[in-house]
Amino acid sequence: MQGNHGHITAEDITVAYGDFVVQRDLNFTVNRGDIFIIMGGSGCGKSTLLKVMIGLKAPARGDVYYAGVPFWGSGEDEREAMKRSFGTLFQSGALWSSMTLAENIGLALKQYTSLGDAEIRDVVGYKLMLVGLTGFEDYYPNEISGGMKKRAGLARAMALDPDILFFDEPSAGLDPISARLLDDLILELRDSLGTTVVVVTHELASIFAIGNNSVFLDADAKTQLATGDPRELRDSHPNDIVRAFLRRDVPEANAA
Amino acid sequence: MNAALTCTVSPENTLAVTLAGDWVLDAGLPGIEPVLDRLRGTPQPAAVAFDTADLGDWDTGLITRLVSIRRSAEAIGVPLDEDGLPEGARQLLGLAFAVREREGARRKSRDTGFFEAVGEKTLRVVAQSRELLEFVGELLLSFGRLFRGKATYLRSDLVQYIQEAGAEALPIVSLISFLIGMIFAFVGVMQLENFGAGIYTADLVAVAMVREMAPIMTAIIMAGRTGASYAAQIGTMKVNEEVDALTTLGMDPVDFLVTPRVIALIIMLPMLTLYGSLMGILGGTFVGLSMLNVSLVQYATQTVNAVGLDSLLGGLFKSVVYGSLVAIAGCQQGLACGNSAMAVGQSTTRAVVMGIVLIVVSASILTVIYINLGI
Repeated sequence: MQGNHGHITAEDITVAYGDFVVQRDLNFTVNRGDIFIIMGGSGCGKSTLLKVMIGLKAPARGDVYYAGVPFWGSGEDEREAMKRSFGTLFQSGALWSSMTLAENIGLALKQYTSLGDAEIRDVVGYKLMLVGLTGFEDYYPNEISGGMKKRAGLARAMALDPDILFFDEPSAGLDPISARLLDDLILELRDSLGTTVVVVTHELASIFAIGNNSVFLDADAKTQLATGDPRELRDSHPNDIVRAFLRRDVPEANAA
Repeated sequence: MNAALTCTVSPENTLAVTLAGDWVLDAGLPGIEPVLDRLRGTPQPAAVAFDTADLGDWDTGLITRLVSIRRSAEAIGVPLDEDGLPEGARQLLGLAFAVREREGARRKSRDTGFFEAVGEKTLRVVAQSRELLEFVGELLLSFGRLFRGKATYLRSDLVQYIQEAGAEALPIVSLISFLIGMIFAFVGVMQLENFGAGIYTADLVAVAMVREMAPIMTAIIMAGRTGASYAAQIGTMKVNEEVDALTTLGMDPVDFLVTPRVIALIIMLPMLTLYGSLMGILGGTFVGLSMLNVSLVQYATQTVNAVGLDSLLGGLFKSVVYGSLVAIAGCQQGLACGNSAMAVGQSTTRAVVMGIVLIVVSASILTVIYINLGI
């Protein structure tokens, strides 16, 4: 992998469950500091692609390169090390239910840094401040609301100051105001920390509010139909399905 | 008024279907056979029309009948004139047919023969055994990492698992062991008294409890209690993506979730077994003293002489084996859990069944080994 300076590069990725191909021949580049949207209709394989990118599912073919280093092509130890530079916010927050928020956020710090308990507590407090949950250190996940869980999940994802943040449907299940606040938070974090962000979503409002780069997956074609700035795709992409999706129209093929 | 359906054929060969009364689901609906008969009959009607002048209330019941009529008519190419239908019914019918059935969407029910079913089940058992072996392999690797100080787990978790699998299980273990000791003593007294050897009840109870019954009964209790809870805990974590969250942070779920649980059971099951043996002997003593003409000292001396160190250690070793098997079955089923509430239930059930099967199989194997070793 030479000559390509993207932060993340997907090369000929095919994802499949057994013989059932979900998406094939995916190629896209995410630049450092991008907020990159993986979009497409329900069931098109957005989340499955995310699983490939964060190391939960091996691709059937192809590879993801992080700063030019192949992810699945590397040995297990290197891959584990690369994973540590990722932070992931899962759809439901996926906080560990038997631990307090402080323990959730502190676990990775305890594991991968030499910080003492008091210092970890300080870092945890700061991360919770960033997501607007100051003072919630000793709450258990089942004691806080869905929106708070997502923000706590984000604090946990940011625990190790990741280079790349992955979000799986961040606004799913949130009211419009909470969703908007989460979008703002993502933008602020990118602007202040320079983190590259990859977001799986089909919320148009979110897509246009935060995305500056994207890939559009289609369930029928089983491949990507477009890649680029979502606003430009909406205004001028030749493909009818892509434009219709981004304009909330019904594509001509289905309109009859 | 009850729903009624009548068919007439007009001179132009149009089949006029008259719908009258209340066509609501809970009032009972007439069948559409008269319409179907006319459609299949000769001469075939040129069109189907509806007369709903006397139609009262209607709901989904009417629409499902109309859908059936339209399907049958379309199948033989007879056009449907929907003008006679109420406006709402026309719209609902249009909506129902707006999206074509996706090709291949309908599941075909497949008949599996007896041999095919047996074959499939057998293959599944083989696959499950292999998964279990793979899991044991991963667990051994994880123990290797633990001894090299490389595995991640929370000491607070381990303490909690030990408490859950230990102190909290005492009441049920006490009850069961005490009663089993009593049952053995009853049987012993009834039989051995015939030969005037009633005092040997003490030997029977002590040896049976220490060598066999306490290890196996405690293990089965723990399979139902703790093995099931392990499967449910880990399975739910899997459904909530909590296991994925560990993996993406580079932490091995086996190190973090399984190893501490296995350690907890390996430590606690022998202790519970020891305690269970004592409770069983106590139950036996209770029965022995009340039914036999012996003193507490006599009974106790007989008991102490009956149980050698080899029996004791043999029993405890068994409980170590059972404990690891129960924990392995629970954790393996938890991690293999599918992505739904139903799958968590199935995993829990399988964890208990698998735990008990493994206990009984290994008990047989261990007994044979012990006999050959002369323990």
